[in-house]
Amino acid sequence: MSVKTHLPVGHEAIRDKGLIRAHKYLILRRLSQTFFLSLFLLGPWFGIWWVKGNLSGSLTFEVLPLTDPFILLQGMVAGHWPEMTALIGALIVAAVYALIGGRMYCSWVCPINAVTDTAAWAHRRLDLPKGWQPKKNTRYFVMAMVLVVSALSGAVAWELVNPISMLHRGLIFGVGFAWTFVVAVFLFDLFVARRGWCSHICPVGAFYGLLGNRSLLRVSAEKRAACDDCMDCFAVCPEIHVITPALRGKDEDTPLILSPDCTNCGRCIDVCSVDVFHFTNRFDDTPAPGRVRARPKQTRKIGEAA
Amino acid sequence: MSAKPAQKMDPARRRFLQDAARGTAGCAVAGMGLMWMVQDARALPDRAIRPPGALPENDFLASCIRCGLCVRDCPYDTLVLAELGVDGAATGTPFFTARDIPCEMCDDIPCVAACPTGALDKGLTDIDDARMGLAVLIDQETCLNALGLRCDVCYRVCPLIDEAITLERRHNERSGHHAIFMPTVHSDKCTGCGKCEKSCVLPDEAAIKVLPIRVARAPSAEHYKLGWEENNPLVDEIIDLPDRLPGSGTDNLAAPGGFEAEGAFQPTFKLPTAEGAGQ
Ligand code: SF4
Ligand code: SF4
Ligand code: SF4
Ligand code: SF4
Ligand code: SF4
Repeated sequence: MSVKTHLPVGHEAIRDKGLIRAHKYLILRRLSQTFFLSLFLLGPWFGIWWVKGNLSGSLTFEVLPLTDPFILLQGMVAGHWPEMTALIGALIVAAVYALIGGRMYCSWVCPINAVTDTAAWAHRRLDLPKGWQPKKNTRYFVMAMVLVVSALSGAVAWELVNPISMLHRGLIFGVGFAWTFVVAVFLFDLFVARRGWCSHICPVGAFYGLLGNRSLLRVSAEKRAACDDCMDCFAVCPEIHVITPALRGKDEDTPLILSPDCTNCGRCIDVCSVDVFHFTNRFDDTPAPGRVRARPKQTRKIGEAA
Repeated sequence: MSAKPAQKMDPARRRFLQDAARGTAGCAVAGMGLMWMVQDARALPDRAIRPPGALPENDFLASCIRCGLCVRDCPYDTLVLAELGVDGAATGTPFFTARDIPCEMCDDIPCVAACPTGALDKGLTDIDDARMGLAVLIDQETCLNALGLRCDVCYRVCPLIDEAITLERRHNERSGHHAIFMPTVHSDKCTGCGKCEKSCVLPDEAAIKVLPIRVARAPSAEHYKLGWEENNPLVDEIIDLPDRLPGSGTDNLAAPGGFEAEGAFQPTFKLPTAEGAGQ
């Protein structure tokens, strides 16, 4: 493995693991996103009312209430104490994401994810410059801003512009001009800022990130010693900065990706031809030696076509 | 703090302060934009009627999470969620348009039961207590009953017939010997379901419309004392309003109590003509 290959992003993995295994989690994620959307569409399209409502709030099998905790929180700071049903629904959702990683919502459920992933893919194909990159903490600022505006105005503020609920509600209840917000997010990610929306702005992602701060399910770079610096994981990861500490860590550093920004999307697992990454739990302390060989600084542009 | 007065600020610290200032400023600008949108969303159009039990609009916008469960459980497809740019209500919130599909006033109020947040108040248990809006006979020039014909449709479809809406008989001045049966809505009973508006026989717009209470009703002038309402003393238990004297002309300001009565009040000076009196 001494000859450095310069194949486009992901091609080594496809060559070594096959097309399916090199897209395993991507396929599973798209299935999961489609699954959650179809659950909501079964009713309006086929009259099978297993699930009623939308991602903001729903009722499954007439018993299980689920509520988006961030929306409920906005209502609460706006001065409305909700009924028990909504509270219980929000607690269930919060508990699940606290266990499996809050941003699992982003990569496995949120319908906007497919939009921004497509934008990122097109961005890579067109080899566009990464553009304006808002500061790392911007999304937390936005989240705080949303809560402040909710409190001051006494209304659930983010729902007036939230492209997630607009798209989701639009698909289920009928679309007005909601699509403009979705197109705006796509164009923003494509031409203004690479991975701009999900990785820098979206307060919902920020909120779920905080929720999953101590989550159990984590990706680990356990076989980091095998890393051949192809940089493919950095190219596909929506939150590049979370990889470095784990992958480039020394023997004594944890190989676990502990940053709450990681969306547990598993794309790094897919795209790594030498299987450095895998899913595990946060208490996994299997020894993971760091890389031994010192390598020359990587120069290849990560934006090269996939 | 360094010993020397800081001529040059530590670059890291300066960058931090700059970033913080920029972030705060950016969010302030975005926040103001959002604030403006919230205010804008408050302008609920008059034809968008909230479901039964809906909290007052300001509270409603704080409590409705736009899940559409009320919409799903409405058996008559009355309720819809507002779509961005199409309907005027805050995007995603439920409302209905009475002229399209009115509320059928279900006994078990499934929309209220479905609402997980209490945006539709669970305290509403009798649908007759709902106040979604108030029907108003808004066009008295085209309403067939007001023209002296007998249409009565709005009156007949009202679930609270003879309570929320009555036909008030009055003289038909035009023909001189017929009656006009004026549809008259009573705010203490009308639920605002919109069945009258829906069924008004006029093409396109109805002559009777359900309007939001805030539009339909003028606030009562609390400082006026209505002398004909009993037990309404000026100051409780202390000062009572003077009672009018009986007899004809008691409402004649020029001669309270009337001119005819023996020993009645006589004005100290008389206006030039009897016809001009009180004008
Ligand atoms: S960051 Fe926001 S828009 Fe992106 S996937 Fe997460 S919740 Fe959805
Ligand atoms: S580190 Fe891996 S799992 Fe986490 S966001 Fe990046 S690609 Fe996805
Ligand atoms: S009372 Fe019945 S008809 Fe009226 S809005 Fe509610 S569910 Fe629909
Ligand atoms: S059920 Fe309640 S929270 Fe959901 S859309 Fe209707 S009013 Fe809003
Ligand atoms: S249905 Fe319309 S036209 Fe007929 S009486 Fe009522 S308001 Fe008038």
